[in-house]
Amino acid sequence: MSASVLFDAPGPRARSWTLAGNIVGALVVLAVAAWVLVQLDSKGQLEPQLWADAVSARTWQYYLIPGLLNTLRAAAFAIVGSIVFGLVFGTGRLSQIGLVRGVSGTVVEFFRAVPVLLMMVFFYGLFGQLLPGVGDKAFLAVVVALILYNGSVIAELVRSGVGNLPRGQGEAGLAIGLTPGQTLRSVQLPQALVAMLPAMVSQIVVVLKDSALGQLIGYQELLRTGQIVYSADGNPLQVLTVVAVVFIVLNLLLTVVAHQLSRLLSSRTAGQTIEGTGIGNPTAVAAGAGGTDKI
Amino acid sequence: MNDYLSGLGALLQQYDVLGAFWTNIQLTFWGALIALALGTLLALMRISPIASLRWAGATYVSIFRNTPLTIIMTFMVMGVWTALQIQLADNFEDNFFRLAVVGLAVYHAAFVCEAIRSGVNTVPLGQAEAARAIGLSFLPAARLIILPQAFRGATAPLGNTLIALLKNSTVAAAASVSWETSSTMKTMIEFNPNYLWEIFAVFAIGYVILVIPIGLLTTWLSRRLAVKR
Repeated sequence: MSASVLFDAPGPRARSWTLAGNIVGALVVLAVAAWVLVQLDSKGQLEPQLWADAVSARTWQYYLIPGLLNTLRAAAFAIVGSIVFGLVFGTGRLSQIGLVRGVSGTVVEFFRAVPVLLMMVFFYGLFGQLLPGVGDKAFLAVVVALILYNGSVIAELVRSGVGNLPRGQGEAGLAIGLTPGQTLRSVQLPQALVAMLPAMVSQIVVVLKDSALGQLIGYQELLRTGQIVYSADGNPLQVLTVVAVVFIVLNLLLTVVAHQLSRLLSSRTAGQTIEGTGIGNPTAVAAGAGGTDKI
Repeated sequence: MNDYLSGLGALLQQYDVLGAFWTNIQLTFWGALIALALGTLLALMRISPIASLRWAGATYVSIFRNTPLTIIMTFMVMGVWTALQIQLADNFEDNFFRLAVVGLAVYHAAFVCEAIRSGVNTVPLGQAEAARAIGLSFLPAARLIILPQAFRGATAPLGNTLIALLKNSTVAAAASVSWETSSTMKTMIEFNPNYLWEIFAVFAIGYVILVIPIGLLTTWLSRRLAVKR
């Protein structure tokens, strides 16, 4: 974080105070870390064998990598589907026709309010009845549930993206004789899509994280294959740590991409580029006292 | 038709749907309380002049914000309880419930921290500069000038986090809280597949009824509390 304006450019006394605070802070952080390590050791969780089993070539080859591929497969289908769903219902909410607006609004608000896990459980049951021959019902249920929730979030992004454009953009479209629909499609949507691209990349983080819910309906994603490993080797703490690290690295990379996109694209649109928050609805944040950087 | 209705009625009597929702509300309440306290502390660390605390806060946020909640919940049971033998209550039910609350709290604290930080960002520079000009140092400036305005500016993102927390309380299923809504719904569907749509409708409408008022309330509050600038 760059220097915040909450505190002044420090003088000699403040610098020594900050240094002392820094040392105390670092000691507290180290003490917490040491305490955690001691606790782990006292319960025998630092045994090299337990960790070696969690990251062995066999574990990766037969369990974690196939699981990761399934996670990525579900996330890829879900994100493509969500974008289509979001564009359809997002523009639906901006329609000139009241009925289309009403139906799209109801659909979007409904799927944003219902927990993804409930949808997965429901679709798993539904596909079990409708498609008795299909093998991977859990995969379908995961993908459909993720599309309905994240598609609704993207629909809101489309709507707010168009809403955040300067009014002059829409007025200019109408002034040169385009119909409202043409204005939306050829003037407002292209700029809104550029503005919301970083938030859409942030939404992939949400999709990746939520795909782990598939574990609860038996989809063979990364967490599930990790569970298979630790129920055989008896090292849940170690395997779950490895699985979490894989997710964290993937998501941090996506966050960096979103941040760079946001900076790169801000000159390409009349709207304001925003990054998602990784939870709930992305909200635009103006620069203020806390500095402008985001992680 | 009568068979259908009496079947549905018997089903709703057999399973404690309201009790399941009450469990999720309790999970949300305690999770939100702890997450708010921890998140405020993290936000203070992240805007403080002390680099090591800033770093610790940022590390916490990037770890917990990017880990799937399902893994955190599984970790609470398999890592904290099974492997480390840390028990939060004597009986199984309370133990799983408290583990789930801690899991929800540590995950959502990262988002509370970011919500408050985005609230701090709504406070204009001049406020911090004025606070400094009248001689307030970091903590008094934060306590008297910045945070009161920041919490008002953070109402909308905090409300979003609360809604997400309520919906995410269903993930307590991964922490063996088997009497909450998603697990109850799963069991009901397993044993009564012919009422699949009805069962989903009951639970989905339950969440719509809970979520939409929170959304309306926080939107109203965030408008009412917004500092006119």
